[in-house]
Amino acid sequence: MPAVDNITVGVFPPLSVKDMEIKARKLRRHIISMIGKAGSGHPGGSLSAVEIVTVLYFRLLRHKPRDPNWPNRDRFILSKGHAAPLLYATLAECGYFPIDELLTLRQLDSHLQGHTDRQLTPGVEMSAGALGQGLSFAIGTALAGRLNAQDYRTYVLLGDGECDEGQIWEAAMAAAHFKLDNLVAIVDNNGLQIDGWNREVMTLEPLADKWQAFGWKVSEVNGHDLNQLITAFSEAKLNKGQPTVIIAHTIKGKGVSFMENNVDFHGKAPDATQLRVALKELAE
Amino acid sequence: MAELVSLRETYGKTLVELGKENRDIVVLDADLAKSTMTKFFAAEFPKRFFDCGIAEQNMVGIAAGLAASGKLPFASTFAVFLPGRCFDQVRMSIAQSGLNVKLVVTHGGISVGEDGISHQAIEDLALIGSLPGFTVIVPADAIETAQAVRLAAASRGPFYIRLGRPKLPLIHGRDYHFQLGKAVTMRQGEDITIIAIGAMVAAAISAANSLKGQGIDCRVLNMSTLKPLDEAAIINAATETGAIVTAEEHLEHGGLGSEVAKVVARGCPVPMELVAIKDTYAQSGKPAELMERYGLTAKDIEEAVHSVVKKKNSS
Repeated sequence: MPAVDNITVGVFPPLSVKDMEIKARKLRRHIISMIGKAGSGHPGGSLSAVEIVTVLYFRLLRHKPRDPNWPNRDRFILSKGHAAPLLYATLAECGYFPIDELLTLRQLDSHLQGHTDRQLTPGVEMSAGALGQGLSFAIGTALAGRLNAQDYRTYVLLGDGECDEGQIWEAAMAAAHFKLDNLVAIVDNNGLQIDGWNREVMTLEPLADKWQAFGWKVSEVNGHDLNQLITAFSEAKLNKGQPTVIIAHTIKGKGVSFMENNVDFHGKAPDATQLRVALKELAE
Repeated sequence: MAELVSLRETYGKTLVELGKENRDIVVLDADLAKSTMTKFFAAEFPKRFFDCGIAEQNMVGIAAGLAASGKLPFASTFAVFLPGRCFDQVRMSIAQSGLNVKLVVTHGGISVGEDGISHQAIEDLALIGSLPGFTVIVPADAIETAQAVRLAAASRGPFYIRLGRPKLPLIHGRDYHFQLGKAVTMRQGEDITIIAIGAMVAAAISAANSLKGQGIDCRVLNMSTLKPLDEAAIINAATETGAIVTAEEHLEHGGLGSEVAKVVARGCPVPMELVAIKDTYAQSGKPAELMERYGLTAKDIEEAVHSVVKKKNSS
């Protein structure tokens, strides 16, 4: 891991696309191992967002794992707090805390809570878990950056089901009103929520039109394509006077055959056999 | 009669003073800046004022994000909406997050008057008081309001300061010094203690004056910090006066009375009465009419005192 060796210099050095593919696979193994060990957790929505988070942490974000509260860091806010295993695995791989600690997920006295807790885990910006709150929080960090004339950027990851929450649309309206071009929202659009397909539980479409009508620049990408994600994030940096949303089309449970598009694995851990099969599928 | 002063206006003007002293102070409102009086700050510091529109949940989340980035946010709206409209946001984004957000709400209680029950916050103290880590203050006059707001700005962690709509008499002197978590002895007495908050402190003093003439010597405590509660002052009152009456513009459930009762039951059980709203909603009406109809006047306090003194003397 050459990247980790360099963290003391400050800004994290970017990985190549090839190295990010390897990293993404590794994050998936962590996610499955952590949730398997814990015996509970949310694999589906963690696996669907792996590439989104990989591109951010290993390529685009300006951050210092040894100085998690560095004032000029780019902010990554995980609004869909149930994807905590993905964030924990990523933070550990970046060097925020030892990788060994990942297997304490959800255990008594662990600093890796079932849903994120900003007071317990280095690198976690926001306590989440109750859906719908992260975009508002992100507006706050983006406004603070503007007030302080700091040039950090704020990225916030939303679930598609999470967009059922009214607060998301209150915040969508406000971010455009405040012209926050230092704010990027990503919707992990995996199509599934606990009770089934979005289109059956609560219609979200036309999702892109909704964001556009609220005053956002919208781009749509294949959320598992690292190059498409890099391009979308780069274009967002050039967009002035309005926030950008990237609707990332993803597959829930991506990378583990029996979890893909299987809503049963929204919030269920693999059993011992499933764990073996999954890790085999994700082997290096 | 003491001078009547608006607590809301005092809040708004104190914010402006604080804004001059501390550039990190930012203020958020939800389309009620003219009523909460954050309008003064908005006029003086437009770049540090964020009107979030009629979207309290979003306002609370933005305040949390600002605090997480080193700003010192004050967020204001009516007490009925904050925490009522956005309890989960206050719970997760502020309380569970331990963030340095100051919530200053106005129009607490039924003295809101004619707007009726949708605008009368009578559950807010129970809701906010249930959240670990919150400091809860209910000032009794404008002098205490200014100091409580200043103290909130100078302290770390989440604060909730509840103000009412009407002007209230000044009951503290200009030399008053507000201390967080300390009951203020407004009047010494030996027969019974009246513990009150907010608008009910003035009513308690008035009741005590009347009862003096009837041979009952009341101690009066202003328990302006509802959380953390001054347990020592309550135990002392129970031990030394042997009877307690609480008075608040809130439901009996989960407010001052029930919190004091917990302390009394554990530390020194004595007869108690609660002057509070009894498991009901009020209605539209003039503030004074409502206070009378729902049992929140000096006369109601007097009756409660008579009742507990009788119990005390017969036990």
